[in-house]
Amino acid sequence: MSINERQEEVIEEFSMFDDWMDKYEHIISLGKELPLINDAEKKDENLIKGCQSRVWLAADLKEGKVHFTADSDAVITKGIISLMIRVLSDATPAEIAEADLFFVDEIGLKEHLSPTRSNGLVSMIKQMKMYAIAYQTKV
Amino acid sequence: MSTLVNHTFDVEKLRKDFPILSREVNGKPLIYFDNGATAQKPQSVIDAVNRYYSYENSNIHRGVHTLSQEATSAYEEARRKIQKYIGAQLSEEVLFTKGTTDGINLVAQSFGKHFLKVGDEVVISAMEHHSNIVPWQMICEEKGAKLRIIPIDDQGDLIMDEFKQMLNSKTKLLSITHISNTLGTVNPVKEMIDLAHEKNVPVLIDGAQAVPHQKIDVRALDCDFYAFSMHKMFGPTGVGILYGKKEWLDQLPPYQGGGDMIKTVTFEKTTYNELPHKFEAGTPNIAGGIASAAAVDYLNELDWEAVRAHEKELLDYASDQLKTIEGLRFIGEAKVKASVISFVVEGTHAYDLGVIMDKMGVAVRTGHHCTQPLMERFGILGTVRVSFAFYNTKAEIDTFIKALNRAIKMLR
Ligand SMILES: Cc1ncc(COP(=O)(O)O)c(C=O)c1O
Repeated sequence: MSINERQEEVIEEFSMFDDWMDKYEHIISLGKELPLINDAEKKDENLIKGCQSRVWLAADLKEGKVHFTADSDAVITKGIISLMIRVLSDATPAEIAEADLFFVDEIGLKEHLSPTRSNGLVSMIKQMKMYAIAYQTKV
Repeated sequence: MSTLVNHTFDVEKLRKDFPILSREVNGKPLIYFDNGATAQKPQSVIDAVNRYYSYENSNIHRGVHTLSQEATSAYEEARRKIQKYIGAQLSEEVLFTKGTTDGINLVAQSFGKHFLKVGDEVVISAMEHHSNIVPWQMICEEKGAKLRIIPIDDQGDLIMDEFKQMLNSKTKLLSITHISNTLGTVNPVKEMIDLAHEKNVPVLIDGAQAVPHQKIDVRALDCDFYAFSMHKMFGPTGVGILYGKKEWLDQLPPYQGGGDMIKTVTFEKTTYNELPHKFEAGTPNIAGGIASAAAVDYLNELDWEAVRAHEKELLDYASDQLKTIEGLRFIGEAKVKASVISFVVEGTHAYDLGVIMDKMGVAVRTGHHCTQPLMERFGILGTVRVSFAFYNTKAEIDTFIKALNRAIKMLR
């Protein structure tokens, strides 16, 4: 599935919720289910410091595709991370580097990517793209 | 202005003066409990900004024309109003700044450049806002001076014995917050000022969090400097006040150079203007300065005894309600507290609580509140903070408690 197809899938999934409570309950459960990052990867080099919540991100290149694992101490941040990983992980570096993440806006979570939230998400996405750009030279 | 004290504190009537309090957020009536970050503005302050730009706008201290004279007298009248409000002896002891941060930096740079030497000491406390830490770190590093930190106990009170021992012949300045923005602790500043003065140590008070809750009197306190921000006392953003005793301000070199702060300039030598202009380089926030007078007029009309009683009631009521929540831990249980409550809830992250409460129209602050060393002292990364102003109500606290319980239930 392409990154855009995955985004469409997430949008479809979120279209079922008509109030914010259901939507946030879903994000929280995604956050709780997110497969944990390897403890060894929860090191300072992988830490993205937001003012409000902390995010750890690790990347790995396997058979030409990038795989991300991540974690956060805040569960809503973690739920959104889980969506990011679903959309961006297991894609080629080129596809990730060029991805336009329109789904965030579509499912009404844009506010979470505003810099005033300082939750580490904006930096995380930047970091995901940086990894992809760096891996482009390796494939 | 009525001289009669009005003992019936009509909060609903006061709320009508603040237009923003009737707006909705996320489809719910706004409950604004982030007053510690900035306070809301009464209509009279908003009108004053509007009136300035509509009728008076011009540069001050520089024009012979009518507009400039009107604006200059309004700006200087604002200075005199603030002088009276804080009990300063002279209007030239009242400097306009950009805010508390700017005022502290002014003292750190001017005082530090002139008086600090290698081996000298500046005393602050463990509960300071970054604005009262970093400027001192910068100047101490530059001068080879040492920053000493008064520790606090688990309740969030300063350990006064340690403070007393810290004062010595190397101490050059004490800079301490009046009220902690994170813990709500009201520090015994008068006692500390007297102790410092016994050792000839001048004192700067960071009053950012005190001015919204009480009327201050700089002469009664006998502090040497007192810094605060108008935006936290229901006035405009971008304006602050640094009060300084004339005897100190006269000795300090200017902080920034530019227009307005000079008497004569040649390429060989510049002579500085007198106080307060010596410290006010460049075109200031004129609209903000003038609108600050409207904020002071508003505060002069308040019955401060009633405000204090009302805020105490809000503090006690909210604290009692919060106590019933399982796993909730207060950060800051000082003996004397302003209406500021910080807490953490087991099994939840402050950020998540803040995001969900916002969805229910409740504005709280989450995070480290620019007091990272204090967070470290308590072994946490952040808290949820609610900070009340006189226009908040018990009914709002009820809604907040419901929202908090709901958020906890969703998150656990
Ligand atoms: C105790 C304290 N000091 C200083 C400041 C800085 O004030 P300003 O940002 O208005 O300069 C604040 C603001 O949050 C504060 O609470």
